[in-house]
Amino acid sequence: MSDALTIGFLTSVLAAAMMSGSAILYAALGEVLAERAGVLNLGVEGMMLMGALGGFAVCSWTGSAELGVIGAVVVGGLMAAIHAVLTVSFQANQVVTGLALTIFGGGLSAYLGASLVGDPAPDRFSRLDIHLLGDIPGIGNILFNQNALVYVAYIIVPSLWLFVYRTRPGLNLRAIGENPATADAMGLNIARQRYMYVILGGGFAGLGGAVISLATNPGWAENVTAGRGWIAVALVIFGTWNPARVAAGAFLFGAVEAGQFRLQGINVPVSSFFLNMLPYVFTVLVLVFSTLRTRRLRIGQPAALGMAYVREER
Amino acid sequence: MSAPARTSPPPVARGWKFERVSNPSLAAQILVPIASIIAALIVGSVIMLMAGENPLGVYREMFDGAFGSNYRRSETVVKTIPLLLTGLGVAVAFRMRLWNIGAEGQFYFGAVFATWVALYGLPSSGAWVVIPAMMAAGLLGGALWGGIPGVLRGYLGVNETITSLMLNYVAILFASWLVHGPWKNPVGFGFPGTVVFSPATYLPTWGTTRVHLGLVFGLIAAVILYFVLQRTRWGYEISIAGHSERVARYAGMATGRNMVIVMLVSGGLAGLAGMSELAGNGHSLQRELSPGYGYTAIIVAWLGRLNPFGIIVVSFLLAGLLVGGEQIQLSLGLPSAIAPMLQGIILFFLLGGDLLTRYRIVRVSTTKAAS
Repeated sequence: MSDALTIGFLTSVLAAAMMSGSAILYAALGEVLAERAGVLNLGVEGMMLMGALGGFAVCSWTGSAELGVIGAVVVGGLMAAIHAVLTVSFQANQVVTGLALTIFGGGLSAYLGASLVGDPAPDRFSRLDIHLLGDIPGIGNILFNQNALVYVAYIIVPSLWLFVYRTRPGLNLRAIGENPATADAMGLNIARQRYMYVILGGGFAGLGGAVISLATNPGWAENVTAGRGWIAVALVIFGTWNPARVAAGAFLFGAVEAGQFRLQGINVPVSSFFLNMLPYVFTVLVLVFSTLRTRRLRIGQPAALGMAYVREER
Repeated sequence: MSAPARTSPPPVARGWKFERVSNPSLAAQILVPIASIIAALIVGSVIMLMAGENPLGVYREMFDGAFGSNYRRSETVVKTIPLLLTGLGVAVAFRMRLWNIGAEGQFYFGAVFATWVALYGLPSSGAWVVIPAMMAAGLLGGALWGGIPGVLRGYLGVNETITSLMLNYVAILFASWLVHGPWKNPVGFGFPGTVVFSPATYLPTWGTTRVHLGLVFGLIAAVILYFVLQRTRWGYEISIAGHSERVARYAGMATGRNMVIVMLVSGGLAGLAGMSELAGNGHSLQRELSPGYGYTAIIVAWLGRLNPFGIIVVSFLLAGLLVGGEQIQLSLGLPSAIAPMLQGIILFFLLGGDLLTRYRIVRVSTTKAAS
């Protein structure tokens, strides 16, 4: 245990936290977009799984991890399109539709991916050390000795924040989730916008899946996401639908996950079964904490979240 | 006060439109699930064709595996039991729009409690003592595990969907730890799992089949639930709260307390499913006790329209899908994941088809515009 708390151990855990946190981060950012538009999508786990499989499959066929990422985004978007059709056009119950998407994605990815289990990845995102920045002691190793998909997040998080809070389309997005009837009266096409953000959100979930299958643990295995899609949904609440806060939360979860693996590595006298519980228990605790906090501060979810918008019934 | 004169006639939509139906017809309520299953099989076959399989062959093999002989039908009934009990549990919660998706964990927690009774609590008692005690333990374990998200939601407003799902992973890891560690069979050749229980714990079976008393638990639970939900004040409160929590609160109903009770009942039924699967079928605690019954239960509940009698029928059909999925794995070497894939598609069509039961398509007459 004595070497557990050295600086080297800490930086290595935090560096790993950036990496494993980024999978959850992308999925959670996608969910922020969908929920901001008023559509709850509990299919994140299913979309991530299909994205992970799609990314790995395209990478296997083409030999290119970059093309794999594109494949993952497309597959995630297609999965989300099912959700959009059912919840926006058919006004189906958003909770149950999302659950169906998760069950479907789990089954379909296990079925289609059965022949790819155990295949080696022809290409993967490996660490790219950014010169000068990567040489900064401590921080350099944590932030700038990562794979390309982590660097992309450094650009996406602030741009998404700017988009949501500082642009006209972002204002429209928030309006649609808060009060679709008013947004409709303003001349926005609610159905089209919701389709757009749900599908975009699915693309992000697919990207999150690709982080797993092309960077953190390259390859494909049944149920490889292991609940990370659900953790992403919880993170959206923790992050109060704000991309920057969600990013902070994803890093925290990445740290729990990375810390758990490191603790197993140094043989702490606790069963690995209990260490494996940590991310899930932590999610419950964080959810309790953030629910109490959002209640106190009165920052609620988007007011129209989970409700279908029907013009005649407004 | 006179209304301002209309300068133009109201805009008239031409052609067809959806019109809301207040009471969906019974025919629509039965036909839509059936049509959903058929449509799902068609879409499933397209996916299989793209994957290079012969869908008709796969379906024939699945159907044959599930319903092809008396023995196979009885095996489907064996799998109906856990689906029926967990499906009923999920339905109780869904009635209140409490999205308990933690039936899988509640199932395992019920099984863990029942195992403790069988191996450590009453290891040498007779059947009339140990079986009721295991039932009580199963109910208690499941209720406890369902009660955690219930209390968090009822009194603190914490989203129960995520907490109940997260607790699945915790429960399964806990059960895995038990069967790999403290409760591991010392002469199990290294395989994780407890020792086989004493025969006093075995639920009676029907004739030469493996169908066990758990079926009776499920059927009785369905009847009781039907009456509680349809005929009691509490059942009424639950559905009111399901439609509008605010209305229930204004009417003076204790929604927070009702949420906790509903989650206790919901989890208890899943725990009883875990107990009956152990005492009726597995006879030792294993990590593989459930192939995901708690997740299939969500589909069972929704497909059965949250109606206990509907759930009896649907749990049998979906048990057939699971048994059929295992059959194609055995005989054709295909992944059994075809079954959950089809479950997902069935649910998609059911959800989409709901629009057809809630709305009807009417022709809008094109009135002449007075110009």
